[in-house]
Amino acid sequence: MMYSVNIALLLLLVLTAASATFLVKELMSSVFILGSYSFFLSLVWAWLGAVDVAFVEAVIGAGLGTVLFLVTLFDTAPKDSRLRRPPPPLAGVLGLPLLGLLLLLAANDLPQFGDPTSPPNVHISPVYLQNSYADTLTPNVVTSVLMDYRAFDTLIETVVIFTAGIACALLLREPGS
Amino acid sequence: MKQMHDSIIVQAMSRLLIPLAQLFALYVLFFGQYGPGGGFVAGVIWTTSMILTFLVFGLKSPQGRLVEKVLHGDGIGLIIFVGVGGLCLIGGGEFLNYANLEIPGLDAPARRYTGILLAQIGVAVDVAVTGISIVLSLAYHDTEQEYDV
Repeated sequence: MMYSVNIALLLLLVLTAASATFLVKELMSSVFILGSYSFFLSLVWAWLGAVDVAFVEAVIGAGLGTVLFLVTLFDTAPKDSRLRRPPPPLAGVLGLPLLGLLLLLAANDLPQFGDPTSPPNVHISPVYLQNSYADTLTPNVVTSVLMDYRAFDTLIETVVIFTAGIACALLLREPGS
Repeated sequence: MKQMHDSIIVQAMSRLLIPLAQLFALYVLFFGQYGPGGGFVAGVIWTTSMILTFLVFGLKSPQGRLVEKVLHGDGIGLIIFVGVGGLCLIGGGEFLNYANLEIPGLDAPARRYTGILLAQIGVAVDVAVTGISIVLSLAYHDTEQEYDV
């Protein structure tokens, strides 16, 4: 029972932040609400037991993402200039709740959270949990998966980040500087 | 943003907090094998400390100059990461198989530890330099004569 209350509370926080992002006109406030949304999301991750993901969400989403948005805002107008936004189309107003209802119905078929017989928990996770220390001699399973079993994955991720930095520098910096 | 922040409170608190943030980044980097964290998060925390540095002290100050110098390290992190993999190849194993990191005087767990730590340092350096590069590109792209990269 306590779990459902927790889920409802966290979902409410996430929904509030997400809707406030769309309702607020001033872009600066939107950025900060987006940052708080990331903090709520990291709370959800931490509550689900994914501490690493929560850490990354808090640092990247709430920290660096907010800074990037703010720095971008310094070059733009601080207010949303489309003061009279067009009304949303009727298909969207009617269709989106229906879509959400369908998704909720489909979510009933998902395995229960923490169910030991659900496919993710019987497929490959036990292999990592049982063999990772013997294979990699690293006590933290997350580290052994990220940096040892799937080190190639991490390497290519690093290449992606490097490429993103180069592309930003090429696009944004003036030539000749 | 381009010159020093005029509030003495902000400056004093930054002098106190920026080293703390950097210390925490190092802790996350070196403790990442035993707890949550790792190279990626450590790099981002270091980036935020550097962003705070040039937001508070300005790019003209000695600290800001130091942040600019960091930009020259673009790609070094990737070289460290790939270099660890190459060392494993030289040691006679597969690419990025840390067990073949032939460093004399280290047993198997210490080899794994060293390999993963070096790879995570590579990730952290790459992420930190990329983050500071993107922020500097966004913030100073119209005043390129203000800084020389």
